[in-house]
Amino acid sequence: MASRSSALRAFVLKETRHILRDRQTLVILLLLPVAMVVLFGFALRNDVTNVRIAVVDPTPDHATIALRSRFAGNPRFTVVAVSPSTRDLESLFRRGAADIALVFPSGFAGRLAEGSPANLLLIGDASDPNSGSATAAYTGAVIAHYRADVGATSGAVQIVPQLRMRFNPTLESVNLFVPGLIALVLTLVTAIMTAISLSREKERGTLEILLVSPLRPWQIIMGKVLPYLLLALANVVTALLAASLVFHVPIRGSITLLIGASVLYSMVGLALGVLIAALTSSQRAAMLGAVAGTMLPNTLLSGMIFPIASLPGWLRVITYVVPARWFIVVARGVMLQGVGVVYLWRELAVLVLMLAILLIAAVRSFRPRLA
Amino acid sequence: MRALRFLLQKEFRQILRDRTIVGMLFIMPIVQLLVLANAVTFEVRSARTYVVDADHSSMSRGVVNRLGASGRFVFTESSQSMRLADDAMLARRVDMILMIPHGFEEDIVRQRRAPVQIVFNAEDGAAAGVMQSYASTILASYAAELGAQLGVLASPLAAGAEASADPVPVRGHPVIDVSRRGWYNESLDYREYMVPGILVVLVTIVGTLLTAMNIVREKEAGTLDQLNVTPVSRWTFIAAKLIPLWSFAMLDLALGLIVARLVFGIPMLGSLLLVFFAATIYLVGALGIGLWISTVAETQQQAMFVTFSLLMVYLLMSGLFTPIRGMPQWAQWTAEINPIAHFVALMRAVLLKGAGLRDVAHHLVALALIGIVALGVAVRKYRKQSA
Repeated sequence: MASRSSALRAFVLKETRHILRDRQTLVILLLLPVAMVVLFGFALRNDVTNVRIAVVDPTPDHATIALRSRFAGNPRFTVVAVSPSTRDLESLFRRGAADIALVFPSGFAGRLAEGSPANLLLIGDASDPNSGSATAAYTGAVIAHYRADVGATSGAVQIVPQLRMRFNPTLESVNLFVPGLIALVLTLVTAIMTAISLSREKERGTLEILLVSPLRPWQIIMGKVLPYLLLALANVVTALLAASLVFHVPIRGSITLLIGASVLYSMVGLALGVLIAALTSSQRAAMLGAVAGTMLPNTLLSGMIFPIASLPGWLRVITYVVPARWFIVVARGVMLQGVGVVYLWRELAVLVLMLAILLIAAVRSFRPRLA
Repeated sequence: MRALRFLLQKEFRQILRDRTIVGMLFIMPIVQLLVLANAVTFEVRSARTYVVDADHSSMSRGVVNRLGASGRFVFTESSQSMRLADDAMLARRVDMILMIPHGFEEDIVRQRRAPVQIVFNAEDGAAAGVMQSYASTILASYAAELGAQLGVLASPLAAGAEASADPVPVRGHPVIDVSRRGWYNESLDYREYMVPGILVVLVTIVGTLLTAMNIVREKEAGTLDQLNVTPVSRWTFIAAKLIPLWSFAMLDLALGLIVARLVFGIPMLGSLLLVFFAATIYLVGALGIGLWISTVAETQQQAMFVTFSLLMVYLLMSGLFTPIRGMPQWAQWTAEINPIAHFVALMRAVLLKGAGLRDVAHHLVALALIGIVALGVAVRKYRKQSA
């Protein structure tokens, strides 16, 4: 038994050396998480921050100028053109110089004064519906505010919404992305690297040599995955450091719980990697399987960037078997909401269940190779 | 020339023989198109809302009904306790809490002004911002409506001092109606916007990743050295490597366009000839980058890693998923030298807005320049390395 455990240690050492020797991959693996956090943090915004609005005002008066100045004074908006007719709009939109147009009726102030309906028309460039609907919503809100204020002076009713933005009061996109980013990095280091490294040994025939050695199959698997588990942990720490130092992303809950969940999620990824390697015959097939089977679902179907609630029903069902979906809830819960196991046990339980199933499947499909 | 023909024959056979590659060429693009087109949206259709109505008045119910009628807010739970509401938010059962305080209706009738409390789960800040805009717009229009009603009701109900405290009769309160129209995509179907961009991703994966992996595999197997000692010139060799992948990428584009038309009903307003012409130019750059990666990487594992990291940066900064205009200035400049950004913009303009050659000329020029530089650098690097 003693010789076995020292054999395992030697094997883990050998695997670690393999990883350390491939400098290029190692550098990418260590830098990628930090680079991704910085890139995502600075460049990726899913919010619409600079709305270019064109105004069509056939008969300028004090009311139209008051509403126009609401837009000019709002940091979210830039007034790019004011023209008397809608004729210029077509070319503005086609050149991509305006996002939305506000069209006043003629005699706007007069209509307001006599209480007859004053119709405003909003025309949006809807070729990008995602930001198009956000643009329309923000524009509508500015008009609603104006209407409420005009009403206030003439004694109309006001319902004042008192807003509270919980967990992310400054509405930073980076706070939303970082937990998902950690999931992505962990998938890359655990599932994909394990799948490729095991299938490489298979392709070269060195796996069979290992199998006839005194090492047990589970020891071989352990030796293969342990170094990657450590690498994954290092990545979690660097990604978290980058996020909190550069972008001040909060960690409101327990760091222990966050690290623990990361280890659990990494183990799911490792088991998935072993399974993929066992099921495929070549490195290339393993890569393809790993990318199609882990990368794509973990980025697109996990709620990392795109909200799960926006998915069509059949895709939403698929998300239930995507491990990252559950891990991201835990990571966001701990980092942003600051909640503990009381609120997250369900997600953690699902991850444990996935790990159990994947481990059984991986060991089963790995064993027959001994024969 | 004869050598090129034989080499091409060899390449095509080698590619078509490998089932993994064939799957990567023809099945993965279709699956990706179907999944990506449906998955890639930020649009939040509705917020699950917890209602705490402490007022129980017809007006407080009016607030709830108005918000509900918009379809933007779905009321999943309600109670009298803010603590329970908070618990539901922490457990992620709801995205928003609407709290109408006691005395809401009374305040409106007496002071014409009353607050409601709205708490958002703002983790997704963009979605929370949009939902907040919807909520305040709906509340403002309900307030205007209440104002009109009270204008009629006010005089019989409020007697004596109260009536005189309200100097202006509400008859003259302003009515502003807002109507909306979206150009170029009336139905606001985000898939129309995403599919042309996703086609670019498919073409790029085939062009860049397969080029890099294909050459590195020969390196790994040692057959590259064998080829290098034959009288085949470098240009012939590179042409023999790139032409098959170029044609497969074009085939994928055609396949993707057919799926886009039949499954997603994407309007193809512009000229398809222009699309294929642009793809031809774009692929010079994409294949050039693949060739460059193959000179840097020693193993397939490395090739995949370098390609993957590069493509991810290119993709995320390309405006495919998030608008370029939302990015900081330096990131907008990098988009100028990002071939994916140009090709995505071009595809969207041509397919969705019917842009012609003149409208997209600057994208074509940029793509051509990037292609020449990428391929030039790669070929130079390749020659040096094997010399």
